[in-house]
Amino acid sequence: MSEPQWNWVLEESIPSSLDAGHRTIDQLLSALTQWGWDGRDFFHVQMAIEEAMVNAIKHGNKESPEKSVSVSFRLGTHAVWIQLTDQGEGFNPYALPDPTDEDHVDQPHGRGVMLIRELMTSVAYNDRGNQVTMHKIRSSEN
Amino acid sequence: MAGKRRVVVNDIGEVSVVRFIDRKIVDSANIEEMGEELFTVVEKDKRKFILLNFDGVEFLSSAALNKLILLDRKAKAAGGKLKLCGLRAEIMEVFTITRLDKVFQIKKTEADGIEAFGL
Repeated sequence: MSEPQWNWVLEESIPSSLDAGHRTIDQLLSALTQWGWDGRDFFHVQMAIEEAMVNAIKHGNKESPEKSVSVSFRLGTHAVWIQLTDQGEGFNPYALPDPTDEDHVDQPHGRGVMLIRELMTSVAYNDRGNQVTMHKIRSSEN
Repeated sequence: MAGKRRVVVNDIGEVSVVRFIDRKIVDSANIEEMGEELFTVVEKDKRKFILLNFDGVEFLSSAALNKLILLDRKAKAAGGKLKLCGLRAEIMEVFTITRLDKVFQIKKTEADGIEAFGL
């Protein structure tokens, strides 16, 4: 990342529960607010972290108490960087049905992964598919 | 309509207007509860014309969207109609990106939504 200095960094390992995931998300959202993120940029990051966290805890680790999710957040004035690593088997994000296809638009699959891709500046998955790394460049100045 | 904790249903003529209690619809248990309460409006209360008013809702996840899709299917299967209104710009963008704006009929205001049923 070219961001010269991060204002706020969080590195932690959390249990595979959605409650724990949302507590961690709330920390990121509070930091975003503290550093002046709002409007569409704030909403886009909120949507992306919500979907990625649910994917990691629910679909990756299957909410197993034996497994954890490694969380890494870096927040600057103009960019945010997020990495989540679960201990599941991983998945192929490119093999999901396109939820915008007419045949799939009313199906409950793939919409979260698609939203992350559309709302963040960049998204990458590792080969195993158990780690997502994404970042967003802030689009508006307030 | 007793016993609903995630939504408030207000019948205006033949149209059931549904508002949401939660400003952020993300919690897994709450989404399940919300889904069950919405399905009750169609399956038990037998309401045919349902307008979901999102006024006051700041955020909802794809898990919540999935419940709305299921509700739409149930409403259609029962010969009813489902419409949405009051979506803030950011949530409307989510519907547009996912093309769910083609699945649901979305109106700006509650009055527009009620009128759109053409009753």
